[in-house]
Amino acid sequence: MNVRSQVSMVFHLDKCIGCHTCSIACKNIWTDRKGTDYMWWNNVETKPGTGFPTQWEDQDKYKGGWEKKNGSINLKSTDKKRIALNIFHNPHMPSMDDYYEPWTYDYQNLFTAKEGPDQPTAVPISKVTGEQINVESGPNWDDDLGGSPIYAANDPNLDGLSEDQKAQLQAIERLVFFYFPRICNHCLNPACVASCPSGALYKRGEDGIVLIDQKKCRAWRSCVSACPYKKTYFNWFTGKSEKCILCFPRVETGQAPACFHSCVGRIRYLGVLLYDADRIEEVCNLPDEELIEGHRSLILDPNDPEVIKAAKRNGIPDAVVDSAQQSPIYKFVIDWRIALPPHIEYRTMPMLYYVPPMSPVMSVRNEDTIEHVSDNLFHDIDEARIPMKFLANLFGGGHEAKVVYALRKQKAIRWYRRALTVGDVTMETAKQMLNEADCTVDEAEAIYRLTSLCTFEERFVIPPSHREEAIEMSQDPHERRQSTGFGFLAGPRRGL
Amino acid sequence: MVSAQHYFDQLMFGVAPYLALITFFLGTIQRYRAQAFSYSSLSSQFLENKRHFWGMVPLHYGILVVLGGHVVAFMFPREVLAWNGHPIRLYILEISALVFGLLTLLGLVMALVRRLVYRKIRTVTSLADIVLYALLLVQVGSGVYVAVMCSWGSSWFAASATPYLWSIVTLDPDISYVLAMPFAVKLHIVNAFLVIGFFPFTRLVHVLVIPNPYLWRKPQVVRWNRGPGSGA
Ligand code: HEM
Ligand code: SF4
Repeated sequence: MNVRSQVSMVFHLDKCIGCHTCSIACKNIWTDRKGTDYMWWNNVETKPGTGFPTQWEDQDKYKGGWEKKNGSINLKSTDKKRIALNIFHNPHMPSMDDYYEPWTYDYQNLFTAKEGPDQPTAVPISKVTGEQINVESGPNWDDDLGGSPIYAANDPNLDGLSEDQKAQLQAIERLVFFYFPRICNHCLNPACVASCPSGALYKRGEDGIVLIDQKKCRAWRSCVSACPYKKTYFNWFTGKSEKCILCFPRVETGQAPACFHSCVGRIRYLGVLLYDADRIEEVCNLPDEELIEGHRSLILDPNDPEVIKAAKRNGIPDAVVDSAQQSPIYKFVIDWRIALPPHIEYRTMPMLYYVPPMSPVMSVRNEDTIEHVSDNLFHDIDEARIPMKFLANLFGGGHEAKVVYALRKQKAIRWYRRALTVGDVTMETAKQMLNEADCTVDEAEAIYRLTSLCTFEERFVIPPSHREEAIEMSQDPHERRQSTGFGFLAGPRRGL
Repeated sequence: MVSAQHYFDQLMFGVAPYLALITFFLGTIQRYRAQAFSYSSLSSQFLENKRHFWGMVPLHYGILVVLGGHVVAFMFPREVLAWNGHPIRLYILEISALVFGLLTLLGLVMALVRRLVYRKIRTVTSLADIVLYALLLVQVGSGVYVAVMCSWGSSWFAASATPYLWSIVTLDPDISYVLAMPFAVKLHIVNAFLVIGFFPFTRLVHVLVIPNPYLWRKPQVVRWNRGPGSGA
């Protein structure tokens, strides 16, 4: 057992209101520089929809992630064998057209325009060329356009849905959508890291955050193609790739990442998971249908004395183990099993999990009355407005069982709370539902508490980083004391 | 009588190579030390993805083979001459050299046109890029011209250019080898020194940081802040 610690995340999709506050918090801190304007390390997509960059989940086009071939896994885009041929021109690299051309507006014109018959306008100006452009798409062009024949109908997750189901997703008055906020998943088997010819990308040993060494990146751009989630971006101005850094300067000082901190819907949770690094390779090679269980099996029980001992042996500080024991992520993923990894079939072992969203209640019109109760208590999950197959393509690796399990539990808890507070459902029915959903009353209360009443401290259990120890390893604190706080920082200058 | 021509030749073929090499080494090392960040191929594929292929691929496949050929003739002149002993083999070598030279020229022109035509690419084109393109055009253009007009270059390169280059490397420049050569060849040589001297101030530095450990390193990279082997 090779115990490592990973800062992991859960996004509770049933709570996301699609306000994009997270994206703006991130943008204002990290990506408002030249060359990064088009990047959205955090973005919120409408599903069904085509996403950002357009149809990023279409791996026939983008060739992201790993594929299993002849008993081992290989990068779909470019690996060691193909790099020499592909380094000059990367055949699967998305270009700015797949994202959008960032723009601003010529606000000056509002003040300086000559007097004329029309109101002056602020025309859009490209942030790349500085010239006037015709804006044709943006990072969120399909926002809220569930049902749209251009966007929603082209969602790659519609694969395998029947024509009826697809039609239902577009039918007026029945169309449905939900929000899908995305950041880098800080994977256990990151395709971006494995693809980098320069070895510029790396996973931090202490907390698993995946970073790009800006001084080693040489613009071979393999990571952009390799990341199946398209969460490494190419800075076209500096000639370096950049990605979500999980706000590590904030995390190291005990603060939640900006997108987590600012989340209005409080959908975001952050905490430590301990995992067994020796078994990653084995799990990545499992057949598709075993991947979710395999991924879960990597995560170690932080209360198990054996694990604690092994963690100590690996030098994991006690405070980090403590933090793992409080982790909200462990509860969602392992104890309750209602949080699922996105697109596990890409085999990067993402460490950001999603609680799948409930659909609006599906009702049946019976003459004059509208009913939504049938003999089968979970009726509206099996016939939800979002077809189960769609959610399964996103969160179940194509298999519905795990998603159905998570939704049934959520529904049972709602009914249980309803029995308690509204009273239009009998406690007997509610308990029967809990029972059928594999949930106890205590668990229901705990999930209810962490979902609805959670405080900041319950949502974010941030492990201490012990950066001071890292510094002591390389520098004598007494010397450092006299040299720190004064010096020069070199800005990132584009090469000639 | 020592003529002005003599001094000029000395300057071009006896002094320029050293100036070029000194700038090359000092320049690249200092740039790496002061601005490692600026070592990048500065790829523009993200801004334009279609014409890109038709520039970059011929340019690089061409230049790498042609440069490789120069290095082989420099390192193993006798073997090259022996190989050329058979006319058939000589033809094969000459024709493939010409093909890759033309490939380079084609790629270079395509890349240059792309830089000038696409507005987005022009915004990431620096003065250094323009000078570099001019130098490379002269270099590759004169190279192809020589390949066509001065036949059997693979043989005479080994016989006279190689000794000249070795005389430079061994710090005992003997420019008599090059004086007799046609103008196009002289231009090719002098311009090569210009490219080498200008190298540290261009994007060409990407050639020095081509990734090789990738081929034998493990797929995943983990870095520990508390020092290697410190465990978690
Ligand atoms: C194995 C060695 C080399 C590798 C891996 C390599 C790789 C690259 C890459 C990735 C680019 C960026 C292309 C893009 O996406 O825009 C590039 C550009 C370029 N390379 Fe190389 N290169 C190599 C050798 C050379 C050599 C020997 C030369 C020539 C003297 C050269 C000249 C150039 C030029 C002029 C560009 C700029 C093209 C443009 O963007 O217009 N490269 N190279
Ligand atoms: S801030 Fe929270 S609620 Fe708002 S879009 Fe982002 S994730 Fe959803």
